[in-house]
Amino acid sequence: MMRDWFILGKEWVETRFPAKEFWDDHLVKYYAPRNLNFWYFFGSLAMLVLVMQIVTGIFLTMNYKPTASTAFASVEYIMRDVNWGWLIRYMHSTGASFFFVVIYLHMFRAFLYGSYRKPRELLWLFGMALFVLLMAEAFMGYLLPWGQMSFWGAQVIISLFGAIPVIGNDIALWIRGDFVIADATLNRFFAFHVIAFPLVIIGMVMFHLIALHRVGSNNPDGIEIKANKNEKGIPKDGIPFHPYFTLKDMLGVIVFLMIFSVVVFYFPEMGGWFLEKDNFIPADPLKTPEHITPLWYFTPFYAILRAVPDKFLGVMLMGASIAVLFVVPWLDRSPVKSIRYRGLYYKIALALFVISFIALGYLGTVAATPTATVFSRICSFIYFAFFVFMPIYTRLDKTKAPPDRVT
Amino acid sequence: MASDEVDHRRRRILTGAATAVGGVGVAYVATPFILSMDPSLKAQAAGAPIDVDVSKLKVGQLMTVEWRGKPIWILRRNQEMFDRMNQLNELLRDPNSDELSQQPHYAKNAHRAIKPEIMVMEGICTHLGCAPTFRPEIGPADLGADWKGGFFCPCHGSRYDLSGRVYAGVPAPSNLKVPPYRFVTDSRIMIGVDPEHV
Repeated sequence: MMRDWFILGKEWVETRFPAKEFWDDHLVKYYAPRNLNFWYFFGSLAMLVLVMQIVTGIFLTMNYKPTASTAFASVEYIMRDVNWGWLIRYMHSTGASFFFVVIYLHMFRAFLYGSYRKPRELLWLFGMALFVLLMAEAFMGYLLPWGQMSFWGAQVIISLFGAIPVIGNDIALWIRGDFVIADATLNRFFAFHVIAFPLVIIGMVMFHLIALHRVGSNNPDGIEIKANKNEKGIPKDGIPFHPYFTLKDMLGVIVFLMIFSVVVFYFPEMGGWFLEKDNFIPADPLKTPEHITPLWYFTPFYAILRAVPDKFLGVMLMGASIAVLFVVPWLDRSPVKSIRYRGLYYKIALALFVISFIALGYLGTVAATPTATVFSRICSFIYFAFFVFMPIYTRLDKTKAPPDRVT
Repeated sequence: MASDEVDHRRRRILTGAATAVGGVGVAYVATPFILSMDPSLKAQAAGAPIDVDVSKLKVGQLMTVEWRGKPIWILRRNQEMFDRMNQLNELLRDPNSDELSQQPHYAKNAHRAIKPEIMVMEGICTHLGCAPTFRPEIGPADLGADWKGGFFCPCHGSRYDLSGRVYAGVPAPSNLKVPPYRFVTDSRIMIGVDPEHV
């Protein structure tokens, strides 16, 4: 009897809403390559962190007050007086850093297996748009606690717009809404951080997923599973996303949450890497901290900025360091996608690129001594050389023939 | 004349015209939203230029006024001070004010001023934003016999001359900042706006 009612109800919904089609199209009849490995955890983990940031963020806004005179105290109020406020706040601040860890690994995967190559160029572009949106979201969120580093970091970054000739200072003024970083700036960054950017990010995630499901996942062999289909039109090397990959991703989620919890409960400040020490001092417009550094996830780009002696050219080069990532699908001319079948040139280039990126990340955190500047310049050169010479070395590379079927 | 044929050209023109008119509408509606992010009237009033009367300022006297939350120093100088400062050039980090962001172009000259005798600058140390102290005396015991008068920052020992030019070998990286200003009359200064003809 109950069962009949259940079936009737299901039918009633299905004639009115395509729940079953959606479930089939994107889960049980969505075929993903059977050889997806470790590097394919990070897409679903990024989704997890996004959801976590939205949920913790909603609860933080219930007690946070976005004005210059109350912001710092309201964060301390959350930390000390709100029940479990410390946990929600630490989850949010740790989540921000983990978001970048996950995204950087997710992007590195694309360089390993050529996931940005045809037909996944648009998927890559949506992903890059998400990366830029995420950086803006993180930057604006960092102003909200209204600590010294919040204030002066924002001061430095917004004044970068002032380097643009003619209109630069007006743009900086427009962004700040005042002549200095002030209440107006904090209030609008709050608006952008809690509603405007999250909405755009969620929309862009949908675009990213729709594009992914149109072309299908790449895989560690970098070959198209859709080229080999059985008589039912199902890729021979494909397995249904649900239950196979939902289960696999669940394992990733569990391991991720274990590591995440260790940080949240035992090292929420991560020795000043996730929450900078100077940010425990309220913002003071009349006193500059001795050493202004952005959070770790921006430091590679910050190091590129500082490597250039001219302010305007520095800003341009920093912008270029991100813009160049957008055109990677058209720079890579290798006949194969995956690093498994590429030659030595690409392997060396990628290794140097990763080393220079990590070194830049470190150099962006230390004082700009002459030695550090020299190293920043060398690493910036390697960073750009990876992209600029990519059309040449990927073509000259001695590649192996990839197999017909995934291994 | 009834016809099932579609006039594609006409349809394109109409689509184009509708898009253009709609686009103009969107631009009009977007304008107030974009402009709402500019400094509000309240912020503008708080940051408005200020009018300062310097007629009563004596030679060697320093007055402090506040503009946009920052202390602005105005100092009247004379030829004797210029002569003393000319001996300093070798001790300074940026004697010719080559760092352009530290003063408007009309104050990039030997005296860092529009009129040499009136010095206008922000009283904020370029190191960490402390307030330097005015030390006009020559060769005081604590600053050494070769001190020619200037500004000394008690926080970390940065030194500036009477034009706000920073000494070499001190923590502060650059000269004191000169705000935009203009002379309304010979004895009245407007701080916060550039001169009308520069």
